[in-house]
Amino acid sequence: MMAFLAAADAENPLLPDTAELIIGLLCFFIVFGFLGKKLLPNIQKTLDERQDAIEGGIERAAEAQAEAQQILEQYRAQLAEARHEAATLRQEATEQGAAIIQEMRAEGQRQREEIIAAGHAQIEADRKVVVTALRQDVGKLATDLAGKLVGESLEDHARQSRTIDRFLDSLEDSASKVEAS
Amino acid sequence: MSAHMLLAESGCHINADCAFPAPGLHSFNFEPIFSIGSFDFTKPMLLAVICTLLVVGFFWLAFRKPKLVPGKLQLVGEIGYNFVARSIALEVIGKKGKKYIPFLTSIFFFVWVMNIMEYIPFAMFPATSRFAFPVALAALVWITYMFLAFKTHGFKGGIKNLVWLEGIPKPLVPLIVLLEFLQNVILRPFTLAVRLWANMFAGHMLIVMFSVASWYLLTPSIMSAVAAGSFVVDILMTALEVLITFLQAYIFTLLASIYIGGALEEGH
Repeated sequence: MMAFLAAADAENPLLPDTAELIIGLLCFFIVFGFLGKKLLPNIQKTLDERQDAIEGGIERAAEAQAEAQQILEQYRAQLAEARHEAATLRQEATEQGAAIIQEMRAEGQRQREEIIAAGHAQIEADRKVVVTALRQDVGKLATDLAGKLVGESLEDHARQSRTIDRFLDSLEDSASKVEAS
Repeated sequence: MSAHMLLAESGCHINADCAFPAPGLHSFNFEPIFSIGSFDFTKPMLLAVICTLLVVGFFWLAFRKPKLVPGKLQLVGEIGYNFVARSIALEVIGKKGKKYIPFLTSIFFFVWVMNIMEYIPFAMFPATSRFAFPVALAALVWITYMFLAFKTHGFKGGIKNLVWLEGIPKPLVPLIVLLEFLQNVILRPFTLAVRLWANMFAGHMLIVMFSVASWYLLTPSIMSAVAAGSFVVDILMTALEVLITFLQAYIFTLLASIYIGGALEEGH
């Protein structure tokens, strides 16, 4: 027994045994062959799938929320735009209405003045016609009357108008005297 | 068959004209279970094979048909997988680390289960306390490390990735290059293997030590009190080993991912 112990103690424990080295490598290759080639990729795939199932759900929910948010913002923007547009239109309509009213008022004013002016002119013209006609008629009447009274034809035109004018002038003179007194 | 097992069978105790059969290197050497020519199949090899079957078997049952809503076994497997994937691979390497998750997960669970054998009844021996097993794994990590350094950066860039540091003063260049080369190419794989091996070796040694002492001191005398103390320490050591077996598997995987991350890094 002592010989066995002595022989064992002389051995250097840091010299690897060749047979053990080969067995160790073979064993590890078997472990790595099964685990590395099939079993661990298997479980990694499953873990990835699980992660995807969990995080995928969360991600999809977040995505849907983001989309909803985006659509809401879009709607809000559209609404704001529509409101703005409506306000602009209203503003424009108000301005246009005011302008039209202003324009119509001006036009009315102008037409009124035109009508008034035309009326005045018409009245003036009528007055002139009437005065002329009246003058002729009064002259003629007066002449006829005078002719009948004096029995003398006063149809000579020049004489006639002179007489009429004189007559009228005297009438106007007497009228103005009456007014003055 | 190791010395302390012979001892247990022989019933060697203190005061029975029997020297304390202290555990030593011989506690890590086993007589072959069977031999084929010059090839001896020993207990550590058997344990490595059993651990392989356990790891593959567990993940086969857990991940063979993974479901979106996991069963209990799948959930346990997922916790283990996510631990390596998130706390080690993605945390250390970043997004590029996703490709290396299977490699790192295989390393972690293979090492951990081999370590756990230290306190599993009937096994009671971590295969990783035989230097060849850590060496085999560290060699694979080293090959991956070198391969990625040259694949990612090309020949010149790969060399630079391994030996160069940005912004070093010119007089220091030869020294730094030498140190970086030593560290990255030689010391890293060596310490990676030795760290795991030495921890499991020491842990097993302690447990054997106190187990043997408990048995050796167990006599109808005052020594049985010391035996009881030794037994309590043995239990405490085993509890500590539960932590250490996990920690060493974690550290081994963490360092492997740090090396891989270093090789993938843009500019060193």
